[in-house]
Amino acid sequence: MPIIKQKDYKTWKKFDRKRDLQNWLCWFLGTLIFSFCFGLISSKTIWFYVFDSHNEALDLLGRMFPPETNYFLTLIKPIWDTLNIATIGTTIGTLIAIPLAFLSANNTTPSKKFLRPLALFCIVSSRSINSVIWALLLVAVVGPGVLAGIIAIGLRSIGFCGKLLYEAIEEIDENQIEAIEATGANKAQIMTFGIVPQILPAFTSISIYRWDINIREATVVGLVGAGGIGIELDAQIGDLAWAKVSVILLAIVVAVVFSEWITAKIRRFIL
Amino acid sequence: MNDKKVFWKRKPLIKNRLLRIGLILLISTYLLSVFLTTEIDWQRILEGIPRGKNFIFAFFPPDFITRSDEILAGIFESLWMTIVATIVGILISIPVSLGAAKNIAPKFVYFLSRGVITLSRSFQEVILAIFFVKLMGFGPFAGMVTLSLSTIGFFAKLLSEDIEDINKSQAEAIKSTGSSWFQWVNYGVQPQVMPRFIGLSLYRLDINFRESAVIGIVGGGGIGSTLNTAFDRYEFETAAAVLIVIISIVMIVEYTSSHLRKLIK
Repeated sequence: MPIIKQKDYKTWKKFDRKRDLQNWLCWFLGTLIFSFCFGLISSKTIWFYVFDSHNEALDLLGRMFPPETNYFLTLIKPIWDTLNIATIGTTIGTLIAIPLAFLSANNTTPSKKFLRPLALFCIVSSRSINSVIWALLLVAVVGPGVLAGIIAIGLRSIGFCGKLLYEAIEEIDENQIEAIEATGANKAQIMTFGIVPQILPAFTSISIYRWDINIREATVVGLVGAGGIGIELDAQIGDLAWAKVSVILLAIVVAVVFSEWITAKIRRFIL
Repeated sequence: MNDKKVFWKRKPLIKNRLLRIGLILLISTYLLSVFLTTEIDWQRILEGIPRGKNFIFAFFPPDFITRSDEILAGIFESLWMTIVATIVGILISIPVSLGAAKNIAPKFVYFLSRGVITLSRSFQEVILAIFFVKLMGFGPFAGMVTLSLSTIGFFAKLLSEDIEDINKSQAEAIKSTGSSWFQWVNYGVQPQVMPRFIGLSLYRLDINFRESAVIGIVGGGGIGSTLNTAFDRYEFETAAAVLIVIISIVMIVEYTSSHLRKLIK
């Protein structure tokens, strides 16, 4: 932090000149990249529609109000399906994620050369394909319906839970393992008494967190036919029945806020 | 001689026996009710297995060449979208996250900002994208707006939590020098949350790229549109190529971002 001498008084600056220059250069480059990218996007945009969008939005809102409240009764089954997709999907995902996490953690993997990269590849590919794309593929295989949604959510959760879990496994306290080892425990016993108790809190919080995310994801897998409230949403948007769409959106907000409240409660209860 | 052998048993996870049995009962009733209310068409699944096999085999070998122009164009569009959306989203999230931090904002602003965050987090990117495509027309602009708005929910929530965790005495030291509010935020708060800020930005960049692959399916531009077109044309080889490209880019982004995060720490 340099102190600069002006004519008759001293003043303080946060960075010296070199650091100032570096910061300025970073900002300059960032702005340059931003405007370049924005230029490319704007060249593909029909600005008339964008500038007209507020009229369109007002029009849409006018059509959405008042919501058709008695439509809510037909939504109960889809909402139940959505909750099930999220819950069962999360369960399946975490169950598959556990062995993968053990295979890909540096300190527990049986073979660093072969199995670890393979497990890591499974985790990354599950993470990088969105659940909607998984659903798109699965609807073609198992047919439209709740099952496709469950499997899609499950497959997508593997990567997320696997990644966080293997990071948790890598951060465990080695001394505890050594202590268990010193009692003459075999590999399986080390696992159950040395490693599992240490990662159990992380495991619970990861699965609860993923369940919360999956409630959101389960609302959209229906858009491609994989069950849940998304099917209704897709159908009503297709029918241009906006008064019903607003009911669905409200239901989604309520479901998400509810799930967030529950996860907060469970987390406070367990941790 | 004492013949009694001493055994040790692990403590059960939940000490209260009633609670334990109750939980097991609750879970099994739930599973049963799910099983009973879900219609699973086993016939369709059995039929689907050979069909699925054909479907999966249709992906091989991945065909990068025939539509290479479209794939490249889609990826670059996704990249532009991701970069712009992340920057715009972060710029909007900064005031929101300051407002959503209990220790900085007055009650009224706090609830307002929390409301914005909850609203932005409730809707999946795809649902937002449907509406923005309807409002603003097809193309990357709608996708960009969608991604920026969903960035707010994620970024502002996590950043505000970090702001709430700052070391109060440091911030107070700045305040005691007689700083204005902006100076206080700039010198007392910002340096403390900066590492987290950079980490989150990189993480969100990564997420936004992945999401840009789906919002294209509903018309938001980017690589998702290419993927959707490939599916619509039944060109599964091209779709496979697009998926492989997405996976490998995500892998690269992930490795570099985790590397960068380590470097910054």
